Amino acid sequence: MINNYNFEQKFKLANITSMILVLLSILMIFFKGVNFGIDFKGGTLMELRCDSTNIQISDVRSSFNQLDLGDINVKEFGKKGDFLVKFERKSFDDKISIKTIKEKVSNELQGNVDFRRVENVGPKVSKELLESGLLAISLALAAMLFYIWVRFEWQFSIGSIIAIFHDVLITIGLFSLLSLEINLSIVAAVLTIVGYSMNDTVVIYDRVRENLIKYSSLKIGEISNKSINETLSRTIITSSTTLLALISIFILGGEILKGFSLAMIIGVIIGTYSSIFVASPILKYFNVSFKTISKEKENN
Amino acid sequence: MLNFSNSKVLTIYITFILISFFSLSNFLNFESPFLKKKINLGLDLQGGSYLLLEVDSSALEKRRLQSKVILLKKALNKSLIKFDNFSINDDSIKFTTEEKNFKEFEKIFNLKGSNEINAFLDKYNSFELDYTIKNNLISIYLSKYGIINLRSAAVDQSIEIVRRRIDEIGTKEPSILKRGNNRILVELPGIKNPERIKELLGKTAELSFRLVTKDNVEFGSENFIITNTQEEISVSKRIILSGENLIDAQPKFDNLNNQPIVSFSLDRLGSQRFGRVTSDNIGKRLAIILDNEAISAPVIQDSITGGNGTISGNFTFQTATDLALLLRSGALPTPLNVVEERTVGPDLGKDSIEAGIVSLIIGFLLVVLFMSFKYKLFGIIANISLISNLLMLMGILTLLEATLTLPGIAGIILTVGMAVDANVLIFERIKEELKGENSNIQAFDSGFKKSIVTILDANITTLIASIILFIFGSGPVKGFAVTLSIGLVTTLFSAYFISRHLTSRIVFKNRDNKITI
Repeated sequence: MINNYNFEQKFKLANITSMILVLLSILMIFFKGVNFGIDFKGGTLMELRCDSTNIQISDVRSSFNQLDLGDINVKEFGKKGDFLVKFERKSFDDKISIKTIKEKVSNELQGNVDFRRVENVGPKVSKELLESGLLAISLALAAMLFYIWVRFEWQFSIGSIIAIFHDVLITIGLFSLLSLEINLSIVAAVLTIVGYSMNDTVVIYDRVRENLIKYSSLKIGEISNKSINETLSRTIITSSTTLLALISIFILGGEILKGFSLAMIIGVIIGTYSSIFVASPILKYFNVSFKTISKEKENN
Repeated sequence: MLNFSNSKVLTIYITFILISFFSLSNFLNFESPFLKKKINLGLDLQGGSYLLLEVDSSALEKRRLQSKVILLKKALNKSLIKFDNFSINDDSIKFTTEEKNFKEFEKIFNLKGSNEINAFLDKYNSFELDYTIKNNLISIYLSKYGIINLRSAAVDQSIEIVRRRIDEIGTKEPSILKRGNNRILVELPGIKNPERIKELLGKTAELSFRLVTKDNVEFGSENFIITNTQEEISVSKRIILSGENLIDAQPKFDNLNNQPIVSFSLDRLGSQRFGRVTSDNIGKRLAIILDNEAISAPVIQDSITGGNGTISGNFTFQTATDLALLLRSGALPTPLNVVEERTVGPDLGKDSIEAGIVSLIIGFLLVVLFMSFKYKLFGIIANISLISNLLMLMGILTLLEATLTLPGIAGIILTVGMAVDANVLIFERIKEELKGENSNIQAFDSGFKKSIVTILDANITTLIASIILFIFGSGPVKGFAVTLSIGLVTTLFSAYFISRHLTSRIVFKNRDNKITI
């Protein structure tokens, strides 16, 4: 089976779509904001399991409201009777200790209440976690920019970085749109998306470089198209197996890994798309040719 | 690329078997200490409590500066430097003096060696204090290194106290580590309710001096057993002096019998009270109680008015040092603040492991089925390489005694999904080569050759991301970076050696038949 789709023809449309999506994502992130979890915002998270399944979300909310803890966010979490409660505390050394909260809530709600998970992040730590998360992502981007620049040429480097920005922005934009929580594991997911998208882009770029030498008379547009087609089945198969693994985590991996695997699923899909429709056209716009790489050879 | 010498094949499979063998020690109990290694479960999987404590050293800095006041005045008087407007605030000591005195001041201030005012910190090759002169005003403050020194000493002392207290509670395998300049990370596996520990760590060490009584006194009494001698004593509940009145404590040797002792100094208020009580109760015994344990109960020989005293109690120099250290940080005015806390109950941990393993198995099966379906015989090779990949990943995690977290399991599953990529790249490339090439061997050979560059490039980029995640990630997320990074390395090994070797066997067997992938 030889793939021979005309991707080049669709570059323009795809790029306009991408630009709109990125723009919308940026607007979303700026105006709607992102839903930071307690890791980055500070506050307290409690996962509780109630023995009696009669307990409704409103019961849980009212039992916490009586403690005057400020804004309280309650949601069902997986099984019936499991709840996730989050609240921001004005000061971390509150008079109301976790012990008191546990006692009061247990008394308020009938039956046995099990506090399965308690997380408490102070404002100072959450600020640091956010900073180190952003630093990690920036450093990863810089390191890859450098790696691609060393292995290829600067045009490739820019192409792959734009593709990665595209993926990360749209993923975060989607999280903002869906009001999904951004926490530490999402940073891990974003970094993995960065790695995956780069991986995908590199495979196509490698082929472009090879074809530039092989068919030095062809234009970059045709070469990109050819390279995408030649690597297409690999692109699809690898994305499929990765998605199979991720979907398995999403469905069966428990509530805690849901956000992480969802971010990864979105990222893998967008990353696959971007290596074809974002990273490749950029080579065309830069008018990369046989000369671009042969210069590299001479310099060596 | 397809020729393997016998020795090479042997090396590959011996390496594989050796590494994978270690994964067995997680399931079997070997006697040998080398094989006793196991993958540790993170707190999110086994349940437990993670506490990040912060030491607030500002009060300590202030006190350090205060302790310099008398010394400084003494030294200035001794060198006949006249000074005016002597004052001290939170972060500096200030006084004015005439310009002609500057030189002399600098001389006594920056004296290396036995400089009582301004210690020379060997570690930083710098002084503890710094000064500025503006017009006639001299300001003295803690230098950058002085502060670092003070802080790290404060954290080290706090870690000691924390460890001691946690050990007393009797938790299994606690881990207590220094984090950054002023934080302490405490991990307590198996603890579901860290409240008691938090309360204990939030307090300063409780040292008290109380009189030993024979009969009932107005404040009531309680019984203690002196740790060393097992002597039971009845002690008044009235606290004469507590750790709050302690400024400093140092290990010393007794001048008389050369026994290690702990000498301590008290603040003004403490000295007065101590002096009064000791002169009123000569001949009675004074019990020294620390965290509800009687260290000793010496007889008061004489009134102690200087604010200095010693504690003797059958110490070795080491225990005297330890006690002094405990008392010193016990005198810390600032308790440790919990700045981050994460507790996972054991049943949630169990649920997480189950969910993680189920999704691993299902994810693995899906990928294996997909590959077998897509590549038939070569799919089986890819699957064998995937299984050996997982076994080696487990083996290396065991060898490193790495900590497996829930995101770590996600990393393994992701490795399963991405590991076949290397095989896919190879197979797809060979497919292309087969089209233009008559010789099977040639086609496979160049297929491997050409794809390996791509495989390296692609995996190195992901490796870069995961190493950065490992460096900057915190807690459970670090576990993800560990499994992902190791997974990438084992992926390269299994694709480059195991898949390639198995493929070469098939190719050589069918060198003249048509091979379809």
